Amino acid sequence: MADGITRVAVPETAAKGEIIEIKALASHPMDNGFMFRDNGTRIPRWIIHRFEVDYNDELIFAADWHVAISANPYISFHTIATESGTINFRWFDDNGDIYTESAKITVV
Amino acid sequence: MLAAPLAPAATFAQGWAAERYQVEDRKSGYLYLGDQTQALQDDDFLNHAFFAVERGAELWSAVDGAAGVSCASCHGDAAESMRGVTARLPRYDSERDGIINLELLINRERERKLKAEPYAYESEDLLALTAFLAFQSRGIPSEVEIGGAAAPFFEKGREHYFPRRGQLDLSCTQCHDERDGMMLRGDRMSQGQTNGFPFYRLSWHSMGSTHRMFAWCNNAMRAEPYAPASEEYLNLELYVAWRGRGLPIEAPAVRR
Ligand code: HEC
Ligand code: HEC
Repeated sequence: MADGITRVAVPETAAKGEIIEIKALASHPMDNGFMFRDNGTRIPRWIIHRFEVDYNDELIFAADWHVAISANPYISFHTIATESGTINFRWFDDNGDIYTESAKITVV
Repeated sequence: MLAAPLAPAATFAQGWAAERYQVEDRKSGYLYLGDQTQALQDDDFLNHAFFAVERGAELWSAVDGAAGVSCASCHGDAAESMRGVTARLPRYDSERDGIINLELLINRERERKLKAEPYAYESEDLLALTAFLAFQSRGIPSEVEIGGAAAPFFEKGREHYFPRRGQLDLSCTQCHDERDGMMLRGDRMSQGQTNGFPFYRLSWHSMGSTHRMFAWCNNAMRAEPYAPASEEYLNLELYVAWRGRGLPIEAPAVRR
């Protein structure tokens, strides 16, 4: 998908061992498959069903999402700043699209 | 929402103090929101409307149309060139001999300066560029010109606001002045101010313009809505902006 569809917040720097908050937001309709258009046809289910985060290639967070999560899903979680590097985010949607985002962190 | 942090009681959108959402007896719709919806507006990261602002920023500097230029080619950094513009809109325009608003100005610039097709009203791209430009006036008090050539159009807008209309025989003022603060089904009725537009409306799952809101309210009165960009809505937009004079531009706001 185009740029500007996902947004993440990771502290640029952190002390080693510090607990940091990571935030991620995706712009997505999260159609639950139960809604109808004005003409009576069903809007097919189209959601992000999985979200994953790697910290220097190690999976540190994953979630399976189901219907009934609101449009533009937002998630925040905490982790421990262990070393400098890259945090990679992946959102998987029903159409097989994967949206990615990454952020750098410097641990001092 | 999975885990929206609740707004600490003392913080307000953009770090504003509570007083900034009210000027004399005029109150922003923000003050009628629940804590969680306020929290969405308070944090530019969480505010869903910022997807539109980001898209608008891309459109601002994207070359489009036969002239081979972008908005930024002439106007440069919008944070400087467009600061305050939205706070003075809508306004009288001699060419139209009528009222022009931000959406129509953007489209006129596209047609004339970019030699590009105008955007459809209420299209994602027009809402995005409108949100991006309105955002440049955040914090600036709305101050529209209603005298001189604007006066007859302002009067027409006022004349739209007070009469009862529709099957429910209601007027704007009966809901937004007389029932200010009361509940209408799940909604707490605000004063119907426009300083947050274009906004992200959670119940629409999308951005919306002032004119879409007017049409929604006309429907709520079971009255036939006018078309977006109609003279009726442009005149009404001027009147309603004046009603909220002095309220700082809050765009892009979040509403239920
Ligand atoms: C039946 C009651 C009712 C009537 C009549 C009505 N509205 Fe509304 N209006 C609402 C409700 C409910 C909302 C959504 C909650 C809120 O912000 O007040 C709303 C919202 C608005 C908003 C958005 C406010 C914000 O802060 O984002 C504007 C602007 C507005 N109305 C203008 C008008 C105008 C102009 C008219 C007359 C054409 C009108 N309304 C008539 C019920 C009404
Ligand atoms: C070729 C140069 C040029 C380009 C390209 C251009 N503009 Fe303009 N714009 C101007 C000039 C000059 C004015 C002031 C006089 C006028 O209205 O023509 C203006 C006025 C405006 C105003 C009104 C400002 C005010 O103070 O009221 C807005 C809003 C605006 N432009 C937005 C845009 C947008 C959005 C784009 C891209 C779609 C754009 N412009 C592209 C030259 C340009």
